[in-house]
Amino acid sequence: MVPTNYLLALSAVLFIIGVAGVLVRRNALVIYMAIELMLNAANLAFVAFAAAFGALDGQIAVFFVMTVAAAEVAVGLAILVTIFRTRKSVDIDTLHRLKG
Amino acid sequence: MFLSETMNQTGAFFHLVPWAVLFPVVGLLLNMAFGRRIGERGVAFVAVTASGLSFAVSVLMWLSLRVHPAGATVPLLSWMTPVNVDWAFRVDTLAVTMMLVVSGVGTLIHLYAAGYMHYDVRYKGDPGRYARFFVFLNLFIASMMILVTGDSYLMLFVGWEGVGLCSYLLISFWFEYDTHGHLSLANALAGKKAFIANRIGDFGFMTAMFYMFAVFGTLNFGQVFAEAPGVAQSHPQAILIITLLLLLGVTGKSAQIPLYVWLPDAMAGPTPVSALIHAATMVTAGVYLIARSHVLYDLVPAAQHTVALVGALTALFAATIAVAQNDIKKVLAYSTISQLGFMVAAVGVGAYVAAMFHLIAHAFFKALLFLAAGSVIIAMERAHHPLPEEGGHEGPHSDDPPDFDPQDMRFMGGLRRVIPVTFWTYLIAGLTLAGIPPLAAFFSKDEIIAETKAAFPLVYWLLVLAAFLTAFYIGRQIFLVFFGKPRSHAAAHAKESPWTMTSVLVVLAALSVLGGLLNWPHPYLAEWLGHTLGEVEGGALNPVVAGTSATIAVVSLLLAWWVYGRRPPESPSQPDPLQRPLGWLFTGMEAKWWVDELYWAVVLNPYVALSRIAAAVDVRVIDETVNDTAWLTDFIGRKIARWQTGFVRNYALSVFVGVLLIFTYLLWR
Repeated sequence: MVPTNYLLALSAVLFIIGVAGVLVRRNALVIYMAIELMLNAANLAFVAFAAAFGALDGQIAVFFVMTVAAAEVAVGLAILVTIFRTRKSVDIDTLHRLKG
Repeated sequence: MFLSETMNQTGAFFHLVPWAVLFPVVGLLLNMAFGRRIGERGVAFVAVTASGLSFAVSVLMWLSLRVHPAGATVPLLSWMTPVNVDWAFRVDTLAVTMMLVVSGVGTLIHLYAAGYMHYDVRYKGDPGRYARFFVFLNLFIASMMILVTGDSYLMLFVGWEGVGLCSYLLISFWFEYDTHGHLSLANALAGKKAFIANRIGDFGFMTAMFYMFAVFGTLNFGQVFAEAPGVAQSHPQAILIITLLLLLGVTGKSAQIPLYVWLPDAMAGPTPVSALIHAATMVTAGVYLIARSHVLYDLVPAAQHTVALVGALTALFAATIAVAQNDIKKVLAYSTISQLGFMVAAVGVGAYVAAMFHLIAHAFFKALLFLAAGSVIIAMERAHHPLPEEGGHEGPHSDDPPDFDPQDMRFMGGLRRVIPVTFWTYLIAGLTLAGIPPLAAFFSKDEIIAETKAAFPLVYWLLVLAAFLTAFYIGRQIFLVFFGKPRSHAAAHAKESPWTMTSVLVVLAALSVLGGLLNWPHPYLAEWLGHTLGEVEGGALNPVVAGTSATIAVVSLLLAWWVYGRRPPESPSQPDPLQRPLGWLFTGMEAKWWVDELYWAVVLNPYVALSRIAAAVDVRVIDETVNDTAWLTDFIGRKIARWQTGFVRNYALSVFVGVLLIFTYLLWR
């Protein structure tokens, strides 16, 4: 059995990669993938703790996260498709018309 | 309750008294809903019928009271239960006397107005307002009935405010014109003046009611009067303060010094309104209030003296002004103030029967004077500016001077030949006002003067002087209007009014002649009112006083003839014959003793200045604060808006930094 600390470290690494991806990349699709990475890092932490404490609560939380993530991607991809149709690009730095 | 039930079994009709209020209300609702559709005849029919049915109810009350003189209380609705105020009707001889006067004279004036307003709405060019006039008139009858039948000070006050509202609505009925029919704010301002002057009086009335409730714990007439002697023992000042505050209310509604100034301006209303509201009924409400509160006033002689003095001073003061006015209705307005002064002086010396007697007689002859004056004005107007339906042409008649005014007596003269019915009725009313025996006011005015002679000599002399001036100014008016030569084309070609108007004049003239029989030779009225007022004074004519005042009236009329009838003025521009012999005295009387100007200088201008300061505070301080707050918000918003870069990754970074900060705080705590 893999020690919990290892799992948590992996989770933290994945999460930081995700954060860096969101902050650095300009392609909206890639940012989505980075967000998914963060969500799954959290999922990994959940199941790690669930296994360590022998409780089911963490597993259940993961199901919720996956459901929400699926819904979010569905909505987000629909928006992305629409943006691409109008602007022929998914570079989010070109989308700054709501500037104050 | 028990009382009214037993009454029903014995054939009295007291339980029907609410219909005196409800009939006019039904009438006004009908005219409000269908007035435009049923035409002038329909409107007039509904309004006159509503008022007439109210009179019928009043007669029914009178018949019932003849059998059961103690009267009854008829509860209708419960209102403010915690303070024990209900809408109950009090049917007693005093209330029914007022009901008969209000609905009787009111119905006659409705009938007259049906003819008068036909012309008035056409001269003003808005026939659609015919229905509205009768809605207001019926509302007035309903309010006045609430006033005189109320069983508590609060219900009386409800009616008091209702008639005040109707007065306002009807004074400024032609709100976009002045009395000459030119576009102006004058009528609206006159209505406002009446409303505000009455509010000052109402302040006194309401404060009196509050204080009364604090002392007595009730506003019901029966309970207050029953407890009054005990309260007078324990709180001697309370009754004095209450009665004096009520007097302030009376000076507002009944146009006494110092609040009388609204009544002359109220002549801006159509003439039937002047006759009904500002001569015969509403303005007598103050006299009724004091007569109704006689138990309280009898307990405090100081208040009685104040009332008597206010009345007598008003009677004389207004009579002097009436002598020098040129507007036919203004003369009558000041005459009304003066006659109300007689009544108030009478209730002040405890002569309640005499006051009510004069109130009734005055309702007859002053309504007649106003209606006849209205007939004169319409006759002048019709000759000056004939309606198309009478073969007239556009625009006024060119033979009249450009400053022609159909109400100005200087443009009249010689009208007795062209409008004989109006002339004879006017003459009868004028002689009644002057106090020529055996017309109604001779008896009523003499009773007042005789009563004051014993009670209050100063008031007696003031009233005698006022009576002298009364006969003089009405003599002057009759000679200027009806005798001599016509002083304008309109006066020479005036046309008699239609029968709806003149028949009312004839009925009122008959009432003015016969009104004296009410209390002389047999004191019916004194016995009748004695059931409520608890005193039966003899109606016996004091031969000395009667002889004196009849002599005064005749001498005064002869003097008026000598000044105005012997050598009548030839042209409108000729100065008044009294101008030279009286000099500054006449100028003062003509300028109404500058009372309006005085009020402007002492009260209104400081008030306007205060309003300007308040307006400045509003604009400079309050508005500025609000505007500056808005500017500050806007400024900060513009600065902060720069953070909104529009780049999603910037937002993500700020979220990330925020999360880091929160975690750092949580870990390092």
